[in-house]
Amino acid sequence: MRNGRSTPSARVIEVDIPNDVRHIERVVELVQRECHEMAFGSRQVMLNVSVALTEALSNAILRGNGDDPGKHVHVHASVDRSGIVVEVADEGNGFDLDLCTADPTTPENVGREDGRGLFLMQKLMDRVERFEASTGNVVRLTLHRI
Amino acid sequence: MTFSIKTEGGVVVVDVEGQLIVGNRQELKQKILEELDRGAKKFLIDFTRTGYIDSSGLGVLVSLSKKIRDQGGELRLANLNDDLKTLFELTKLDTLFQIAETREGALASF
Repeated sequence: MRNGRSTPSARVIEVDIPNDVRHIERVVELVQRECHEMAFGSRQVMLNVSVALTEALSNAILRGNGDDPGKHVHVHASVDRSGIVVEVADEGNGFDLDLCTADPTTPENVGREDGRGLFLMQKLMDRVERFEASTGNVVRLTLHRI
Repeated sequence: MTFSIKTEGGVVVVDVEGQLIVGNRQELKQKILEELDRGAKKFLIDFTRTGYIDSSGLGVLVSLSKKIRDQGGELRLANLNDDLKTLFELTKLDTLFQIAETREGALASF
């Protein structure tokens, strides 16, 4: 892991992690710390950022990279007093965000064990985007500080 | 993250300390299923010391709830902080689980 270019008014985190879900918590802690530094409220740190980032990392590791231990996930987070933008890049082929996001709150879905990850990301972030970049298949999460 | 298990008044009580996420959900599942296999019927998960829960953690709670119910048992939850309550409300899982404000209230409700 390594920190990227940071200034007193903006923090940049740039890390590469092995494709293993045991690394998720460490990345989230790193981002949480920078959000605290930028005076994000507790709810935004502990609920919005933590859960949405965990979902993005989990999707990248298990789905994008197919749980392949030989692959990596790249994370780039930029945090300032206006908000946070996090990009999570995997080595997969990407997916259609709209097609893959189901509503887990319908009567037929609420008892399902899976299918809440993308829904939570969209509910907890101001914007969720997916695109291809030189770093791979990217999910970008944007949250404005309140 | 740790899961500690004890029995209080015939109820298996699990304290979740830290996060309940994709990296540790199987451990929680295994511990509770072991108790279920030993014949326990009443389960309470206490989230007093829990940070956050992701969709995998929610999924394992749904799975455990079904398995316990199938064996004639009951699973209840207690001490969700405001952030965790919001998570359950967003996903409508608050309609699926019996959620108590306190551990004592949950234990008394069995």
